[in-house]
Amino acid sequence: MRIEGVNENTCIVYFGDSICDETAGLVKQATDNIRATLSDVITDLVPSYTSVMICYDLERIDRFGIHTRLRQALESGAAKAQDDAAAQTLELPVYYGPEVALDLKDVCEFSGLSADEVIRIHSEQTYRVYAIGFSPGFAFLGSTDQRIAMPRKSTPRLKVPVGSVGIAGSQTAIYPSATPGGWQIVGRTPSKMVDWDSESLALAQIGDRIKFRSIDREEFIRLGGQFDEL
Amino acid sequence: MSFEVLEPGMLTQVQDMGRLGYQHIGVTTGGPMDEHAFLWANRLLNNPLNAPQLEITFGRLSLLAHSDTSIALTGADLGARLNDRPIAPWQTYEIKQGDRLSFSMPVAGLRAYLAVSGGLDVPARLGSAATVSREHLGGLDGTGAKLAKGDRIPLATPSAVAKASVPYSEIPDYRKPLRVGVIPGYQYRHFPRSARARFFSSEYQVSKNIDRMGYRLSGEAIHGDLDGIISEGIAYGAIQIPTDGQPIVLMKDRQTIGGYPKIGSLSALGAGQLAQRAPGASVSFYLTDVAEAEARRMIFNHRLRQGAPG
Repeated sequence: MRIEGVNENTCIVYFGDSICDETAGLVKQATDNIRATLSDVITDLVPSYTSVMICYDLERIDRFGIHTRLRQALESGAAKAQDDAAAQTLELPVYYGPEVALDLKDVCEFSGLSADEVIRIHSEQTYRVYAIGFSPGFAFLGSTDQRIAMPRKSTPRLKVPVGSVGIAGSQTAIYPSATPGGWQIVGRTPSKMVDWDSESLALAQIGDRIKFRSIDREEFIRLGGQFDEL
Repeated sequence: MSFEVLEPGMLTQVQDMGRLGYQHIGVTTGGPMDEHAFLWANRLLNNPLNAPQLEITFGRLSLLAHSDTSIALTGADLGARLNDRPIAPWQTYEIKQGDRLSFSMPVAGLRAYLAVSGGLDVPARLGSAATVSREHLGGLDGTGAKLAKGDRIPLATPSAVAKASVPYSEIPDYRKPLRVGVIPGYQYRHFPRSARARFFSSEYQVSKNIDRMGYRLSGEAIHGDLDGIISEGIAYGAIQIPTDGQPIVLMKDRQTIGGYPKIGSLSALGAGQLAQRAPGASVSFYLTDVAEAEARRMIFNHRLRQGAPG
């Protein structure tokens, strides 16, 4: 663990140098720990694959104070048993049909697999939320099976429809809002990934597990799925 | 009580100090591009320091007052007029019903702040009125829209305000070439000594690619030994060095995480001074550290608490 200053009200803690389950676990644990014990002085927390950035209120704590408090919080946390129980496993319904799986053909070509095989491989795995960013609620999930780990499109789409499920190399993700994007789109979820009027705001939190459940067209429509865009 | 938007200008937005506490789910902060000017505007009126204001970028805004109130104007000189009388920034003015307040073109700086007594009476989304158009959050109706012709801007009930102006020593000259401190951090050590030397001894220009997400500079290219990094949190004022070597300073509407190497970060006050520079302006960097940035901010906060003289 390394604590480094960034500017007058920000520092960053690094927990490792590569993307792996163990480091992701430490990040999740540290995020929970810092939130529980430093809420009186922090203004924002930005966890990612291997690090947590911390913004603090300079009127309440200075650079020495934050380092001390962080060390205390993180060292007491390290003594605690590794406990992933708080992380939930979310099951997300995904329709992999041709109207919404805009790049499934390309992924089949890339992998030499049939559409059914790509869908089976993509949906039989449990993924971990490694990071959230790019746009509100956009969760980076890992790791995609090597066989379907197709790189991003060379030219991004100007508008990827809401709920689109994409692949970019070893990562997969759901577009919570219609934004530009270059991921290979293989399906669409009818679930709302962000809802500013709900208590949870964003469906996925860092450290959560996510599993996709392949649904048919009828169920997609019944769950509120939309075809209308693009 | 309201102002009516006769002309919305190039980019006029509602801003408060930003949407804090949601970056972990990817929601950026937004907030004033120039905190120094924003905070002084609220201070002159004895408003809560977070009270929503208008951030006026470039000018061409025209407002009609439908009630009496007091305003404070800070930041850029955008050729403001109250009816037909030119008015200068960094002080308060009385507004009467029927007055017209208009802004033409930048004379000095790029972004003006218009605070009204008690603040704009606008709804908060995720705890803030800050407009972030990309995320459809904040602003007059909470959906991230910038001001449009015909909008009515609701105002809080004004309090009695004494005429006040910002102390002369606290008024920056945005026309001067900017020399701003960089706190080394993030991937600083991955830039070779020669690259750092070039970065700190060169003069950069503000390019045409500037917006609320980032300021792209042009000048001597800087190259480190990393092409990309594992995505990590991006601080306000962080300086990204993409593969073409041209620095990008990340501003208030930046993405929360990103994978380009960063050579360090400006302070919030430093980034605010950059935000007042238009394309073509000169920027150079000197090495500073967290301790100095912290001290400067504490001095600023202290002067702000002291308020206007007299």
